[in-house]
Amino acid sequence: MELQVIWFFLWGLLWAAYFMTDGFDLGVGALYPFLGRDETDKRKMINAIGPLWDGNEVWLITAGGVTFAAFPLVYATMFSSLYTPLMFILFGLIIRGVSFEFRGLSENRLWKKTWDTCIFVGSVTPAILFGVAFANIFMGIPIDGKGIFHGNLFTLLNPYGIMGGLLFLLLFMHHGALWLCIRTKEGLQERSIHTAKVLWPVMLVVLAVFVISSWFYTDLYANYLVTPLLFAVPLLAVAAFAGARIFLAKGKFFPAWGMSSAGIVATTFFGIIGLFPNLFPSSLSPEYSLNLMNSSSSPLTLTIMLWVVVIIVPLVIAYQSWAYYIFRFKVEEEDFTY
Amino acid sequence: MDVVLLSRLQFAATTMFHFLFVPLTLGLSILVAWMETRYARTGDEVYLRMTKFWGKIFLINFAVGVVTGITLEFQFGTNWSQYSAYVGDIFGSLLAIEATAAFFLESTFIGIWIFGWKRLSAKAHAAVMWMVAIAGNASAIWILIANAWMQHPVGYTLRESFGGQRAEITDFMAVITQKFAWLTIMHTLAASIVLACFFVMGISAWHLLKKQHEEVFTRSFRMALVPGLIFSIFVAVQGDFHAVDVAHSQPAKMAAMEFHWETQPNAPSYIFAWPDPEAEKNSIEIGKIPGMLSFLIHHDFSTPVTGLKDFPKDERPPIAIVGMAFRVMVALGAYFIIACSIGWFFRKRLQEKPWYLKMMLWSIPLPYIATQAGWIVTEVGRQPWIVYGLMKTSDAVSPVSTGQVGASFVGFIVVYGLLGLAGFTMIAKKAMKGPDLPEETKA
Repeated sequence: MELQVIWFFLWGLLWAAYFMTDGFDLGVGALYPFLGRDETDKRKMINAIGPLWDGNEVWLITAGGVTFAAFPLVYATMFSSLYTPLMFILFGLIIRGVSFEFRGLSENRLWKKTWDTCIFVGSVTPAILFGVAFANIFMGIPIDGKGIFHGNLFTLLNPYGIMGGLLFLLLFMHHGALWLCIRTKEGLQERSIHTAKVLWPVMLVVLAVFVISSWFYTDLYANYLVTPLLFAVPLLAVAAFAGARIFLAKGKFFPAWGMSSAGIVATTFFGIIGLFPNLFPSSLSPEYSLNLMNSSSSPLTLTIMLWVVVIIVPLVIAYQSWAYYIFRFKVEEEDFTY
Repeated sequence: MDVVLLSRLQFAATTMFHFLFVPLTLGLSILVAWMETRYARTGDEVYLRMTKFWGKIFLINFAVGVVTGITLEFQFGTNWSQYSAYVGDIFGSLLAIEATAAFFLESTFIGIWIFGWKRLSAKAHAAVMWMVAIAGNASAIWILIANAWMQHPVGYTLRESFGGQRAEITDFMAVITQKFAWLTIMHTLAASIVLACFFVMGISAWHLLKKQHEEVFTRSFRMALVPGLIFSIFVAVQGDFHAVDVAHSQPAKMAAMEFHWETQPNAPSYIFAWPDPEAEKNSIEIGKIPGMLSFLIHHDFSTPVTGLKDFPKDERPPIAIVGMAFRVMVALGAYFIIACSIGWFFRKRLQEKPWYLKMMLWSIPLPYIATQAGWIVTEVGRQPWIVYGLMKTSDAVSPVSTGQVGASFVGFIVVYGLLGLAGFTMIAKKAMKGPDLPEETKA
């Protein structure tokens, strides 16, 4: 297989890994004002993701870095044309990141409330905007032959883009609720179970509407029609989410969360497969689209980076799994470090 | 204002703000790991209290440093897309390797460290802090290699690609082993240790002046004094080698650092000078030392040193800023050696020397100023080039509107301003509150 093709799918896989890992952190942040009814519950929610969110967020840095290294033209065009939404995402991630630390040190109630708001806003904004951005990429971005963007933030906030944002938010909230089922007990856990159950049908309806409207708004289905076997991927997403619901009903929270993870990865790949071989299609003309051949790095760089990824990413997965294993237990009040 | 200037201001502001937190993270992580190791080996509760106290300050600082680092990676794409397309093949891969090989490790282990007190043995927990310290410094090394490539590009070739020219890698080993990179790395990491040591000594001095928690803070002070002395000497000596290398690889930067206009043998150095770029001479020159510049660079008084006039006007860096920043850095570097030497002399009777403790308390900001000045010399001195000799900063900018960059710049000022205020207030509060009492530490 050609290096560029390998890198195309690695690129998709890194974004999927980011949505799968940081997805539940963002989801917990989005649920925070609703499920965190008192101080103890709030601290339990923060502690449920506290040890892991930082490592999870590095998948974003790596996805961004790998785009830069393997497809520099995509990196340049993607981030400069999506300038404004990306800035909102970054500001969201910044205020969320410091809020966990700052909140624990604030004794004043007003300050605590401020950081609570920051955790919520800083989680919801990136969740929605990642969805908006990716839905628009699936549709094609109005870029010309020089990679110049012809539009503004409101160009991106079209019906399909907004649907993408809503879908991501729901996927992450469901994913976050399942994570809370794993790491909490009693009242908070019961409410998390209930929340996951309520979110599940809404999420599936939005997913179905999104997948169907992709037929009208995007060219994602072209590859599927050529190779119908690929329909297995969106079906896998649906099956995974069905599995998540079944395990949830049985009270098997870790498998339910695992299924939700698989569902998020498969949903991401529904789009990635549809995009192939484009990474950043132009809605103005197909010849302006950035694909894996016209925007990739040199074969030498792709080879060096492939070695780096093949050697190091398994190590990353190993020690992150160890971290997940250490923090598999239920959050107790005496665990409050803050 | 145009997009180039706005983007430069935004990048300068966000980088310098980020670098207010990075050096302390790099240096203090090592000191905290060392304290915790001593606790794990001796079981001495005082070391545990030290670990927790300095660890907490480390974490506040780390939180701000980490979140402000994220924006830097993405700004290459948002604001410098022409640059990104031109150098992605090399520069992009270095950033990606940094994230994969170092930043993952640091971020994952910091979570384990914060929340793992009860889940790990004392020795394992100390080992986790060493991982954080090593990974953090490794992360800095990769970033500095990437920066060094902008300063002194090697191991590449220029190729036509997709309708434009770009730099492609030909020799990866040359990129990661080049002398310029390792001189920068040694200088920056050692300066970070000096900064962290002054930070620890300064806060310890404050408590010693108030005569509280004396056991914790005399030990902390002495633990920081030794590396502080060693590394402040190291930074100065190594900085000299670094400057000699800069004179060869970036002669325009060196000329600006020294306000040196005419290419001449027996080139002089000045204690103080002020340039007049229009007239291409210095309007003020005080304390001329003939031949000193030639001697510093070539170790010989008569060898000529290239002056600014040998470069076209539009290829000269902003001279006043670079030269002044260089002088501030060098003067402070000398001060650090003196301050630590005095401390070494009084190390056994620190409490008897309140004037010295006060001096060290007020010295806390100085290494911050020195490291910022160092980056000004490095980055402003490279202008007008973004990649030295290859690509001008003005050709690197994204095709985005002034409005977008203006709005994001205002956003950065507001968010970073509040972040800085909150972060430094919390660090100061925590630092002044002092360590927890012995029974509170065992959580």
